Amino acid sequence: MTVIMPTTLTEALVALKSMPEAVIVAGGTDLMVEINFNRRRLNNVIGLRSIKSLSHWSVSPDGISLTIGSGLPYAAMEQGTIAELVPALAQAARTVGSPQIRAVATLGGNLGTCSPAGDGLPVLSALDAVIHLQSSSGKRDVIFHDFMVGVKRNSRAENELITGVTVPVLAGWQGYAKVGVRNAMVIAVASACLVIDTTSSSVRIALGAVGPTIIRCRDTENWFASRHDISSVTPVGAILAKEFGQRAAVEARPIDDHRSTADYRRHAIGILASRLLQQAYPA
Amino acid sequence: MTPANESYHLNVNGDKHQVRDAWVGESLLFVLRERLGMPGTKGACEQGECGSCTVIMDGAAVCSCLVMAATAQDAVIITVEGLGRDDALSEVQQAFISQGAVQCGFCTPGLIVAVTHLLDNNPLPSELEVKEAISGNICRCTGYSRIFAAVRSAALARQVDAQ
Amino acid sequence: MSTITREQTRPHIDQRQVLGSSAMRPDGIPKVTGDFAFSSDLSSEHMLWGATLRSPHPYARIVNIDLSAAWKISGVETIITAQDVPGKSTYGLISSDQPVFAQDIVRYMGEPIAAVAADHPETCRRALAAIQITYEILTPLVDPEMAILETTSPIHPDGNIIRQQRINCGDPTATGPYVVEGTYVIGMQDQAFLGLEAALAIPDSGGHGVELFVATQWLHEDQSQIAACLNLPKQNIRLTLSGVGGAFGAREDISLQVHCCLLALRTGRPVKMQYGREESFFGHVHRHPASIWMRHHADTEGNIVKIEARMIFDGGAYASTSPAVLINGITHAQGPYACSNAIVEGYAVRTNNPPCGAMRGFGVVQACFAHEGQMDKLAALISISPIEIRLRNAMKTGDKLITGQVVHSVAPVERCIRETDAIPLPEPLEDNPDLLSIPGGSGRTAQRSHILRGIGWGVAIKNLMYSEGFDDYATARCTLSNGIVSLKFATAEVGQGFVTLAQQIARSVLGVDDVVLEPISTSIGSAGSTSASRQTWMSGGAIDGACRLVRERLFEHVGRRHGIDPICLVIDGTDVLDTVGLSRFSVAEESQGIVIDQTFEHHHQPTEELDENGQGNCHVAFAFVAHRVVVDVDPELGLVKVIQVATAQDVGRVLNPLAAIGQIEGGIVQGLGLAVMEEIILDHGKVLNPSFTDYLLPTSLDAPDVVAIMIEEPEPQAPLGAKGIGEPPCISVTPAIVAAIRAATGTDLWRVPVRPQDICLRS
Repeated sequence: MTVIMPTTLTEALVALKSMPEAVIVAGGTDLMVEINFNRRRLNNVIGLRSIKSLSHWSVSPDGISLTIGSGLPYAAMEQGTIAELVPALAQAARTVGSPQIRAVATLGGNLGTCSPAGDGLPVLSALDAVIHLQSSSGKRDVIFHDFMVGVKRNSRAENELITGVTVPVLAGWQGYAKVGVRNAMVIAVASACLVIDTTSSSVRIALGAVGPTIIRCRDTENWFASRHDISSVTPVGAILAKEFGQRAAVEARPIDDHRSTADYRRHAIGILASRLLQQAYPA
Repeated sequence: MTPANESYHLNVNGDKHQVRDAWVGESLLFVLRERLGMPGTKGACEQGECGSCTVIMDGAAVCSCLVMAATAQDAVIITVEGLGRDDALSEVQQAFISQGAVQCGFCTPGLIVAVTHLLDNNPLPSELEVKEAISGNICRCTGYSRIFAAVRSAALARQVDAQ
Repeated sequence: MSTITREQTRPHIDQRQVLGSSAMRPDGIPKVTGDFAFSSDLSSEHMLWGATLRSPHPYARIVNIDLSAAWKISGVETIITAQDVPGKSTYGLISSDQPVFAQDIVRYMGEPIAAVAADHPETCRRALAAIQITYEILTPLVDPEMAILETTSPIHPDGNIIRQQRINCGDPTATGPYVVEGTYVIGMQDQAFLGLEAALAIPDSGGHGVELFVATQWLHEDQSQIAACLNLPKQNIRLTLSGVGGAFGAREDISLQVHCCLLALRTGRPVKMQYGREESFFGHVHRHPASIWMRHHADTEGNIVKIEARMIFDGGAYASTSPAVLINGITHAQGPYACSNAIVEGYAVRTNNPPCGAMRGFGVVQACFAHEGQMDKLAALISISPIEIRLRNAMKTGDKLITGQVVHSVAPVERCIRETDAIPLPEPLEDNPDLLSIPGGSGRTAQRSHILRGIGWGVAIKNLMYSEGFDDYATARCTLSNGIVSLKFATAEVGQGFVTLAQQIARSVLGVDDVVLEPISTSIGSAGSTSASRQTWMSGGAIDGACRLVRERLFEHVGRRHGIDPICLVIDGTDVLDTVGLSRFSVAEESQGIVIDQTFEHHHQPTEELDENGQGNCHVAFAFVAHRVVVDVDPELGLVKVIQVATAQDVGRVLNPLAAIGQIEGGIVQGLGLAVMEEIILDHGKVLNPSFTDYLLPTSLDAPDVVAIMIEEPEPQAPLGAKGIGEPPCISVTPAIVAAIRAATGTDLWRVPVRPQDICLRS
């Protein structure tokens, strides 16, 4: 039983190869809750906090994509260049837990845990983010919707680390909205991310906390693309927006639990999607 | 205690402390309080939902209950015990007393750390910035109004001190 | 760069921290530096950790308990179960119906079954996991209405009805042209103090006694209950209050006290127990969920002619204070309004839900939510404003309650309403608000155009102190020597600031600035509980009484020394002043070399039990408050932000403005929590949200602006003229918030907490 704190990615991958059952901890904000609540016992731990390269981020030379290290805390995404290039990610980042959580919680951790309520995930889904995985034997990239396969399940192999995420830098409006029963520090009851890509004339909407995975509303996206000139600035009226919301709500697969009801979650998705669309195409 | 074979160092309030025979899953909060004899940092939820255990780690205000202590070996950690200056209260500490922001006092150490961190990084925060910055620190007694007053008062006192 | 030294933060002589001043807390400095020792901060040489095994089932028969695997774990020192309790096997505040450990049957999820002591908390956790219990699961009784039925089999030898009480007042046939009725539902709120349950028990070397350092609300009651369970004389159980991180009612019952003492006595070593947040939700009682039906009859002017009510409080598995909560509920059914005719029927029942007991507001929170809903319905029916209906019915001093008791207290209900009404309303929501400041907050769910604003009212009456003939008293000792006053009392300081007040009283009465507080412990007579808004009156009265006795002795001493008739002497500042000869003598100098020591017990005027018709002078005194609330609501998503709470509260006399406003603001935010977010959610007796992730408390971004007026009309019955102020703030703010949401949205809302779907998905 031991804790290993590698300082380089290579060291981490070697350690992971030798003990593939090891628990990987980045910010610790998910794992420690399970430990503190006696839900999980540890054997070997690999801590990623000291691997500086994992918290780097960079814009591609052509400016069309942004790569964020899996160890970058959410606090670093709330403002500055990342917020300018991917505003929906900044908005989602600002709703993660509390300021203290955001100071250490990472995109890599959100992806590792893969909770449908993870605030960063609808944004990654809507952006068709590419997840970078690496093992001692190589690297591979997985698109987000192939990565998250179920409630708290993903396609990371035991010997792989999530090293980063690449998202496109798009022209067009984007936004994230999240319903919780408190005005701060709350787990999503329902959330939605809307992204407009005027270059490819596509609209993407992804839903959080209303299904076993993040839900991309492909039918709604296609329907809207057929009804509206995506690349235009033509306002979206209330009727069209409402139908957009209703269609997104149909694609949601919410459940009843102690945080809310399936009916409310579906309703909330309808409202959020509709409002996001009207913000994207204001009168 | 079995099994217990972890041994490491923590840098807390400028001092290097050895932690021996620790269990791997121990939080920084537990180690500070129970192993290093620094009970000033409080725990009230064990899941980062109350902020009572806030400490500064490598310049960021974090919940020590969510830091696995053994992973904090190379970090610079400051707790509430490290905030006063010699035998004097800081402006934030003084303001919490004079503005009535202390009742039961259980949330107070975490708030003192969080507010100190806020004012170190944003000396004159707006009201909403204050509210957002301490939105992770639950206070069950005061209803927050006196805490807001204390932050205003401390910010002002720091301005005066700086001149 | 200037700094303020710790020395400078002590009281200045030129700003005497007497009654009426915002004296500083004596525990303020250690609380801001982290030096203050809460019960969870205690430790001792060779200390063991204790932990409790609890039932995962709401209702089950215990078929077998197998401890063998747990005993084999290295580091485990002892394991105890019901058979190891040497004395009484049960405890309880009013009736002793709750087992120290469940023996044959568990009656709620979280009921203790065994406890272990070991060398590390993790060893304890592993030992608990290794205890094998075989259960035969039973169908839990969770519906309070079912509990009332005679056909339902009892889940406890004491039966399923904990208490039943009626009030029959005036003419049962009275009626009026206007009738409104409704059913009101109140969810289960948790006190959610931040400082979790913790205690350190140190056994005497002979094993015949124990010293317990514990966070509690009532040391002497704990002492009695522990002694009975341990089968030891009371004096062998010595309790000292350790730092208390909030209470709000949740520390009135026994939680870990008996277990911790038993483990210490069994092992002969100090034992510390400390609950985590999850265990805390199971380890203490909660606010009673209630279902209340009310019908009001009014005349054409809106004056209440008669009220009818049926109130059911779910007491959960054990009685705790349910009988008293019930009486508070039914006797406050009329609210702060005059009413001559009433038929009220009340039940406190037993179910397999978590036990419920004391929480700030104690039965009156539930009653108020119902009567204030009724007042709004009545106002709407006769087309007058919510303010006007309340003014027309406002109770006055001298009015007779539905229990037949005459209100002798100052009763400035009308003034509370009018002064609240005069507080300016907040500015309208700006055109481009920061999204953090509107409903939805950091979730960015709405724009300005989605938000509606509403205003709502709530007014409350709250009894002060214990009721129904309880011989309620508080004890204090005052010692004056060498210019220093020393105070000894057993009053639990839970954060409210009694320690500050105690010093202020002594400074005012005795003209001394240096007031030392001795440890709060059972080595003096009881102070009663820190609850029921009673300690300022009761323990304040005891300290005032003790200090006055000391002052008499001091005047005799000064009189003898200087040849002055003591009757001419008064305290003026820090001097003894001869009001005839006008000579002055410093108290500090006059008390050199002498010791004056006096103990005083303060009793309030006696009360009576209610008769079978609910008639009797059962309460001591009353306080009143009004709340006007402004909310912003996103009606489509059902999200709420409380913008402003205006309040005028009848406080009698302000003894410490800063402490008083802190009570008012803090109580309001707890009432806000009940209104829109706080609820323990149950499914067939199982608690679904025992954590701060899912039991939501208001954050700084949920807190409203509070504008408070304190109405000072000194209460003649009260020793210091001051009424208790802790409870009223959290009572009528809840219905006022809900009324404001109704006003903003036009939605019928008669349940708290209001959930988003209640607003936007009303079917």
